[in-house]
Amino acid sequence: MSDPVLSTLNLNKSFGALKATDDVSIDLKSGEIHAIIGPNGAGKSTLIQQICGGLQPDSGRVLLNGQDVSGQSTQARARAGMGRTFQISQLCMEDTVLENAVLGVMGAEHLAWRFWRPALKRPSLRDRAEAALERVGLSDDRDTRCANLSHGQRRQLEVAVALTLSPKAFVMDEPMAGLGAEGSKRLTGFLDGLRQEAPILLVEHDMDAVFALADRISVLVYGKVIATGTADEIRTNREVRDAYLGDEA
Amino acid sequence: MRLNEKYFNALMIAGLLALPLWAVVADQPFTITLVTRAVILALAAVGLNIILGIGGMVSFGHAVFFGIGGYAMGILAYHAQTYTALDLGPFSTDGTKSMPVIWLVAMILSGLVAFFIGLLSLRTSGVYFIMITLAFGQMFFYFAISWAQYGGEDGLSIYVRNDFPGLNTLAPIQFYGICFTLLCVVLFLFARLQASPFGLALNAARQTPTRVETVGLNPMRLKLLAFVLSGAITGLAGALFADLNRFVSPTMFSWQLSGELIVLIIIGGVGRLMGPVIGACVFVALEHFLGELTDFWHVYLGVVLLCIVLFGRGGLIGLLTGKEGVHV
Repeated sequence: MSDPVLSTLNLNKSFGALKATDDVSIDLKSGEIHAIIGPNGAGKSTLIQQICGGLQPDSGRVLLNGQDVSGQSTQARARAGMGRTFQISQLCMEDTVLENAVLGVMGAEHLAWRFWRPALKRPSLRDRAEAALERVGLSDDRDTRCANLSHGQRRQLEVAVALTLSPKAFVMDEPMAGLGAEGSKRLTGFLDGLRQEAPILLVEHDMDAVFALADRISVLVYGKVIATGTADEIRTNREVRDAYLGDEA
Repeated sequence: MRLNEKYFNALMIAGLLALPLWAVVADQPFTITLVTRAVILALAAVGLNIILGIGGMVSFGHAVFFGIGGYAMGILAYHAQTYTALDLGPFSTDGTKSMPVIWLVAMILSGLVAFFIGLLSLRTSGVYFIMITLAFGQMFFYFAISWAQYGGEDGLSIYVRNDFPGLNTLAPIQFYGICFTLLCVVLFLFARLQASPFGLALNAARQTPTRVETVGLNPMRLKLLAFVLSGAITGLAGALFADLNRFVSPTMFSWQLSGELIVLIIIGGVGRLMGPVIGACVFVALEHFLGELTDFWHVYLGVVLLCIVLFGRGGLIGLLTGKEGVHV
């Protein structure tokens, strides 16, 4: 494995006296799924926000493809190849499934500043959007308004929009959140294949999914990475068991 | 009974063609003036609909652009009719009575001002955006009032309507033809814009700016361009409005006018292609017929507005076509 695709170097972020991110250095190598787990309030979301540009760290850097993106805006990082999905779906509820996917392609292809031909009549936008929907199994719902989708379908669409970006690295914030056992299993299978396309930094509470998918796992407690290793190493790590997993894992 | 929105739109356009033609045959010039007024207000509101309907920005200061359009016409025509030079630093012009030139000036000036107002006000959203646009509106209003050179509070009268090549603009139906054609052109552009990639992105920026950023687009820039286009169109309407009345005054900058433009869109249907058109027709009709009956016609307008907001979130078009509208 060569240089990491995505990495953080000594990230720190405090909110008043609370140290939400404490000297976090993690990396994501090409072809891998790196899961970040930890109890509620461990600072996972804060970390993701700093990686994606929603929050500025107090100190430390974020590198994407060897390029320092620390000071850059969310949209600049997206253009540099960061494909993010949200814990709470961020979709255009009034728009159709296809329109949501087309928006992604527009961003990726720099085609938002076109004023004449309808977006949905442009094969360059439509084909790629439909291909992404096809992959997550939403083709039949392409003309459904997003507001009328089930929760599970919204999760799928969230992933599909990230796919349209053809990112260098995926950053997924609890993609399984709220999915039933069946949906979780299906998405797990899908993400399993996706890592070949681009590595995935995965924040997830579903431990079955995490242990099934992750090449490496980092455990975050009180803003600090207390352990990084393979699934087996983490499963047997005493400190991790005490802090998070308990004895049943 | 539910109407298809397309048929409804065609019906509206047909009505706007038929009514003035009937008025010509029946020799009712005042009806033509009324419909012209409705069409010009509709044009101004179509401009506002770009940012309000697609972009979700509630501008409470769109009278700024209406007024700039009006004063662009007033000032250029004033210098032309008084044969005085208009000095603009290094340039000097004799003014003009040519409508196309006036329109162009009105749109460029409104667009420029919209750019600067947008740059400042788009940093805010919600109530703050409403207030800051209102504040700009008031600034322009009071500036116009104290601008003694161009009539101050009394405004400016232009004796003869401006010229359009090949037409007699003083004939009500011919002036109406100009306004109606411009409205149709702008409606066509609006429809293209709404379906275009830019329209899709702007619409997304209204719904979830976070999503727009995450796909690598800058919601601010999308909104700013929309604001400029919106201002330019409302400015064009202002120039026509001044030409209709052959009179410009600071009331064109008033906050009441900004409010009326919003009301027109809400009556018709926010974000709907023909929303501003039906809104303007209903508004002008109420203003005329209720205004004849009582000075307090605004009370009844208020009742109509209340009913529409309570019972039809998609405005009249939403009620008639059974489709819910955009939620701002």
